[in-house]
Amino acid sequence: MKTLIISLKIFFFFTILTGVIYPVFVTGIAQLTFPTNANGNLIVKKNKIVGSKLIGQRFDSVIYFSSRPSAISYNPLPSGGSNFGLTNVKLKHSVDSLKNQFIIFNHLDNNTTIPSEMLFASASGLDPHISQKAALLQVDRIAKARNLNSDGKQIIIQCVKKMTEVPQFLCLGEDRINVLVLNLELDKIDAGNNSKTTNN
Amino acid sequence: MTTQDFIQIILYFTLLIGLTPVLGNFMFKVFTGEKHLMLPVFGWLERLTYKFSGINPDKESNWKSYTFDLLVFNLVGFLFLFLIQLLQTYLPFNPSHRTNVSWHSAFNTSVSFMTNTNWQGYSGETTLSYFVQMVGLTVQNFVSASTGIAVLLALIKGLSRKTTDLLGNFWTDLTRSTLYILLPLSILFAVVLVGQGVVQNFKTYDTVQTLQGATQIIPQGPAASQIAIKQLGTNGGGFFNANSAHPFENPTPFSNFLEMLAILLIPAALTFTYGKMVGSAREGWTIFMAMLILLLIGLSISLYAEYASNPIFGKLALMEGKETRFGITNSVLWSTTTTAASNGSVNAMHDSLAPLTGMVAMINLMLGEIIFGGVGAGLYGMIIFVILTVFIAGLMVGRSPEYLGKKIQKFEVQMAIIAVLAPNLVILIFSAWASVSNPGLAGLNNSGPHGFSEILYAYSSAAGNNGSAFAGLNANTIFYNVTLGIGMLIGRFGIIAPVLAIAGSMAGKKITPSSSGTFHTDNFLFMGLLIAVILIVGGLTHFPALSFGPIVEHLLMNNGITF
Repeated sequence: MKTLIISLKIFFFFTILTGVIYPVFVTGIAQLTFPTNANGNLIVKKNKIVGSKLIGQRFDSVIYFSSRPSAISYNPLPSGGSNFGLTNVKLKHSVDSLKNQFIIFNHLDNNTTIPSEMLFASASGLDPHISQKAALLQVDRIAKARNLNSDGKQIIIQCVKKMTEVPQFLCLGEDRINVLVLNLELDKIDAGNNSKTTNN
Repeated sequence: MTTQDFIQIILYFTLLIGLTPVLGNFMFKVFTGEKHLMLPVFGWLERLTYKFSGINPDKESNWKSYTFDLLVFNLVGFLFLFLIQLLQTYLPFNPSHRTNVSWHSAFNTSVSFMTNTNWQGYSGETTLSYFVQMVGLTVQNFVSASTGIAVLLALIKGLSRKTTDLLGNFWTDLTRSTLYILLPLSILFAVVLVGQGVVQNFKTYDTVQTLQGATQIIPQGPAASQIAIKQLGTNGGGFFNANSAHPFENPTPFSNFLEMLAILLIPAALTFTYGKMVGSAREGWTIFMAMLILLLIGLSISLYAEYASNPIFGKLALMEGKETRFGITNSVLWSTTTTAASNGSVNAMHDSLAPLTGMVAMINLMLGEIIFGGVGAGLYGMIIFVILTVFIAGLMVGRSPEYLGKKIQKFEVQMAIIAVLAPNLVILIFSAWASVSNPGLAGLNNSGPHGFSEILYAYSSAAGNNGSAFAGLNANTIFYNVTLGIGMLIGRFGIIAPVLAIAGSMAGKKITPSSSGTFHTDNFLFMGLLIAVILIVGGLTHFPALSFGPIVEHLLMNNGITF
C-alpha cells in the first residue's frame, strides 16, 4: 500500500514535470529563439500560406519541377512510405512505369539515366527534395511550357545551380534541391520576364 | 560509396567513442553521489521530489522489494496512459479533435511506451491529441528509460557489494536518472532540434493552398520536446507516423546526425559508468568493444547489401522508402544503430530495405538488444551474456566460474537462461502463430518470404522492446495489438525480474580476491569469447526462421524473382 501511494505521488510529480513543464518550457524557448522553425517554416505569399519549406508538395504540372513519387500523394495525414519490399512485384511495376512517365513527360531520350529518387517513393511521402540532376533533366520541358527562349532557359539552369544545397558542413547528407522553393523562384523569374515583355 | 560517406561514418563513431567517457564519468558522479555539474541546477528538484512523494532516500531495499516498487510504479504509469487514451475527447489540448482510441490500440500503446518499446500501431498525427502525446507519451519516454537505468544500477550494486541483501533505492535511482541525465540533455537537444527546423508549438494544424491549387493540411505540435527524449531514452516512438523520416521530425542532415548520435549516446556511456562503478574501467571498455565490433559487423553487411546491384533494379540506387537529404549511407547507419540500440525510431522505411539489411536489423533485435541496447536495458542484457560466457569458459577449463570476484552458481545461470529464453520464446511462438492464422496473415503488405519477414520482424521488435517495424504490416488490429502487447511485457519484465534476482543473489556473496588462477574478464580473449557466445546463441535460435525470411528473399532477388 505504501508503495502504491509513493508510486502515485511520484508519477504525478514526474507527469507534471516531464509532461507539462518540460514541453511548455521548451516551447517557450523555441518560440523566442527560432519562431519560424518552431511554427513549421511556413511560406507566406500574398498573405496566404502556400506551404511549408520542409513539407513537399505534389507537382505534376508541365510548368513546374516535379517532386518525388509519394505513397501518400503528399497528403500529410498520415505520413508514410509504400513499405514495398524489393521483391514485391508492385514495386518493380511502379518503377518501370514511373521511368516511362518521366521520359515521356520531359521528352527525354529512352536511354537517359533517371536519378533513382524520381523512381522510388520517399519514406515520409513528404520528401521536399530532389537531386540537382533530376531538376536539370526537367528544364527543357519547363522552358518550353512557359514559352521561354534560350536566355530564359539559361536563367532557370542558373537558378537550379544556385538553389542546390551542398552537404551540411560539407560532409553531412547529400546534394539536394528544395522543389517547392525552386518552383516559387521559377514563378518569380517568369513574372520578371513577363513584366519585361509588357514594358517593351 | 563515396569518400564523403566514409567521412560521415568515421565522424560518427569518433564522436561516439569520444563522448562515452565524458558522459560516462558524469553519470558515475550522479549515481555515486559525488558532486556534479547538475547538482546546483536541479538539486532542489530532487529534494522536492522526495518530499512531495514521501520518499526516504536513505532507505535501501532488497531485490524483492526493489522489484515490487518497480512493478507497481510501472503499473500506475500503464493504467494512466491507458485511461487518457480511452478518454481523449474529454481531455484538454485536443485542437484537432482526435477521437477516443480503441481499447486494444490503447492497451498496445500503453504497454509499448511503459516498456520502452514505443512500437506504434497508430499514426500519431491522426490518432492522438497533444495532451496524450505530452502528458502520456513524453512522460513514459522519460520514466521507462529511467526504469532501465534503475535496474542496471541495482545489478551493479549486486555485483560490487558483498554480503548484503540491499540493492539501493528504486525511487532515488529513478529520480536521479530523470532529473540529472535525461531532463537536461533533452532540454538542450530539443532546442538544438528546433534550430534545425523541428516544430514545437501548440497550434492547430495549418491548412495551406499549394502552388498547384490543392489543399494540404500540415500537422503541427510539440514535436521537438518529444523527439529529444525519444532519441536519448532509446524510446523511438515518433510524433508523426513516418517517425524520423518526417521532415518536421528530422529536417536536415545535421539533425539526422545528432539524432543518430543520441540513439547510442547514453547506452554507450553507461558501459564506462559501469566499469568505474565495479572498480575497473577496463571491464567497461571490454563490453563497449564487444558491442562496437558487433555493430560494425552488422553495419558492413548492411552497407554492402544496400549498395549492391541486383537483377530486378540493376544499378539503380535503392531509394524506395528513403529521403533525398539523407541518402543511402545515413539511412543504413540509422537502421543499424536504431535496431542495435532498442531505439526503434526510423529515418527510412525498414520494410523497403534490401533483404540482408533488413536481416541485420532483425538479428540486432533477436540477439536481445544488447549491442549497446536500450538505456540501462542493453547493458544489463549484455551482463546476462557475460555471466553465460564466464560459465561456459569455466566449464571449458574446469574451474568454478567467477565474475568480478564472485562465484557464478546454479541460481545465477538458471536466471540468466530464463532471461535469454523469454524474448526468444515470444519471437518464435508468436511468429509461428501469426504465420498460420488468418488474423495474422490479414495484416501483410508484401507476399512471399518478405511477408513472413514482416511478421518475424514485428515480434522480434516487440520482444526486444525495440519498436521499429516492417511498417507495411497492418498491426492495428485486435490480434496484433494484443499479441504484440503481451510480447513486449514478456520481453521487458521477463528479463528485469531475473536480472534483479541475480543482483540480489550476487549481493549476498563474498568477493574472492584476484589471484594468478583468476579467469580475467577485461581482455581481448574474453571479448572474443563473449562475441562468440552471443552469435552462437542467437544464431542457433534464429537461423531457421531467418532462412525462411530474408535469406531466401535475398537469394530469390538475386535471381530476379518477384512476388
